[in-house]
Amino acid sequence: MAIDNNQLLRFTTAGSVDDGKSTLIGRLLYDSKAIFEDQLDAVTATSKRKGYDGVDLALFTDGLRDEREQGITIDVAYRYFTSPKRKFIIADTPGHIQYTRNMVTGASTANAALILIDARHGVIEQTKRHAFIASLLQIPHVIVCVNKMDLVEYSETVYNNILLQFEEFSSKLYVKDVRFLPMSALDGDNVVNRSTNMPWFKGAPLLHTLETLHISSDLNKIDARFPVQTVLRPQREGFIDYRGYAGRLASGILRPGDEVVVLPSGFNSKIKTIDTDKGPLEEAYAPMSISVTLEDDIDVSRGDMIVKKNNQPEPKQEFDAMICWLHNDSAKTRTKYTILHTSNEQIAMIKDVVYKVDINSYSRIKDDKELQMNSIARVTIKTTRPLMIDEYRDNRVTGSFTLINNATHETVAAGMIV
Amino acid sequence: MSKYYLNYLGELESEAIYILREVWAQFNNPVILFSGGKDSILVAHLAKKAFYPSKIPFPFMHVDTGHNFPETIKFRDDLVKELGVELIVGSVQEAINDGRVAEEKGKNATRNVLQITTLLDAIESNKVDCAIGGGRRDEEKARAKERFFSHRDDFGQWDPKNQRPELWNILNGKHFEGEHFRAFPISNWTEMDVWNYILRESIEIPSLYLAHQRDVVWRSNSWIPVSEHLKLEEGEKIESKKIRFRTLGDITITGGMESEADTLEKIVDEVSSMKQTERGNRTDDKRSESAMEDRKRQGYF
Repeated sequence: MAIDNNQLLRFTTAGSVDDGKSTLIGRLLYDSKAIFEDQLDAVTATSKRKGYDGVDLALFTDGLRDEREQGITIDVAYRYFTSPKRKFIIADTPGHIQYTRNMVTGASTANAALILIDARHGVIEQTKRHAFIASLLQIPHVIVCVNKMDLVEYSETVYNNILLQFEEFSSKLYVKDVRFLPMSALDGDNVVNRSTNMPWFKGAPLLHTLETLHISSDLNKIDARFPVQTVLRPQREGFIDYRGYAGRLASGILRPGDEVVVLPSGFNSKIKTIDTDKGPLEEAYAPMSISVTLEDDIDVSRGDMIVKKNNQPEPKQEFDAMICWLHNDSAKTRTKYTILHTSNEQIAMIKDVVYKVDINSYSRIKDDKELQMNSIARVTIKTTRPLMIDEYRDNRVTGSFTLINNATHETVAAGMIV
Repeated sequence: MSKYYLNYLGELESEAIYILREVWAQFNNPVILFSGGKDSILVAHLAKKAFYPSKIPFPFMHVDTGHNFPETIKFRDDLVKELGVELIVGSVQEAINDGRVAEEKGKNATRNVLQITTLLDAIESNKVDCAIGGGRRDEEKARAKERFFSHRDDFGQWDPKNQRPELWNILNGKHFEGEHFRAFPISNWTEMDVWNYILRESIEIPSLYLAHQRDVVWRSNSWIPVSEHLKLEEGEKIESKKIRFRTLGDITITGGMESEADTLEKIVDEVSSMKQTERGNRTDDKRSESAMEDRKRQGYF
């Protein structure tokens, strides 16, 4: 089957209802035929009840009752569609200022970010926030969609000015691949189908761009990192002495015979087999879920990491990270939190807030160090035992962590190691 | 030269296995909610892979409404035996007999909502701290907001506006005694993905999913199977049709569709050209715009 080579692309959409974000998603789903008749019937009926002329595509993304009533998105919602070339997962996140935490959540797993700009308004504060988060979360590809081109007479000049504005402020950010597209989601111009209203634009429509982004090297295939999730000890016939270390390869490639080190103990061994229910593998690569056996009988358990002898992460007890605070209770320094890092779990504290970031101006705030909901800051983290970390820029799995409030068990912060 | 990226089914499979292993590592007493439908069969298959060569370390829990397709029950019993796992059954009929819940009245009465009480009872009495389900985010708008690890308070309730953020692949299953979690390893799969994967892996499914001859009546835009629980309404007549079921729920509310698709390949073809959503034949979801959200808040699957 042709679909056998199709990859999965996860992207996030940032923008508010006013930018036409919901309309864009509705348009993508509708034009790529991911909308079913009964969904269309329901949305047509609602559009009519609300007194709209045509079908309001934005209604396809409505979720919870409160969202329908208030006409806003409260939480990250996931949408799915498939083209003949790829499967897509959209993390649809709210764009308002108070929802930074949702944008960060949606961005954390994304290959690409769509940033919507209303052609009439150009780059606004919200655009800068979205671009900053895309950069902070190291989303490999950014597509800037200049929407509502129909309301500026499809003007190339307006479009070029917005590009220039974006280039100017984004030069301070760390984004590798940025593309620009003029579109009108309402009419479907340059979404799935090429616009006939903007012959001056020579690039491909959005869907084609999403279908052809080079994503197979988005994951780090250089540094082998294998966090052990659990140990498999079947103790049944044929597998009496079997000890398999189960986990998902965070990055890199492993092969039987590779010389490895188990961290933090530092014991050396060799990969004996890489097993799946369909038989042993000659090699495994990220993000495969596998089970590994070692040549030597050494003590390995959840939270340990198996890495290659010649390429090891740094065990550290104190490190700096950019964090996004996710909870209404503000952060407290010198308080114990649980830190979740790959399959490892330790006690940690925020030793120091180095600076907070104003995500509208990208400036550093050094006199106010209170971390409230949606604050983004550089902090120093100290843990009771060393963690096997990489820089987030090199490795999104071993470079990320979350903090848990021990009293409530809630997830209160997301961190990216610098 | 070999390629170093997974196709989308491989990536979904790896993600689901990762989640199942996290459940095992983070909880004391997890179960798989097993309905006998294709999604829970898929979860069972993925669990087999996740723990191979060990056997699946979770018992299966079935909430039995008493309104089952006989084929589903046979399939369940055979699979449980083959996998060598324990089966826990929560009975809605018992809850009705005990007077804990009352049968719905009216024309489209179902035992759908009654399942909530039985499910929560079974979770509590078996001290289950995580119930793994086959829910998918593409099924219904309220489910689009579900987390992989979804927290339930000590009344078993879901608070969609106050969910824990889930970043990267870091899952937080920490909870207090009496609270529990629902885990959804196939959140990111669509109906089409499920069928393509069933085909790829040659997973055995109940014959009800394949086109077969059956006695049915036409009701609420679909073919409702004739069973001991079906009461004929005025004007309804029993016909024999070649049908198949796209989803499996209670025999009283699961409508079949006319179909010639009697192999997995044909089903994949048929599903890819389908114009109605999967749950379009489920009368339980048609009651109101937020029928699913309301049930989920109370503790539904």
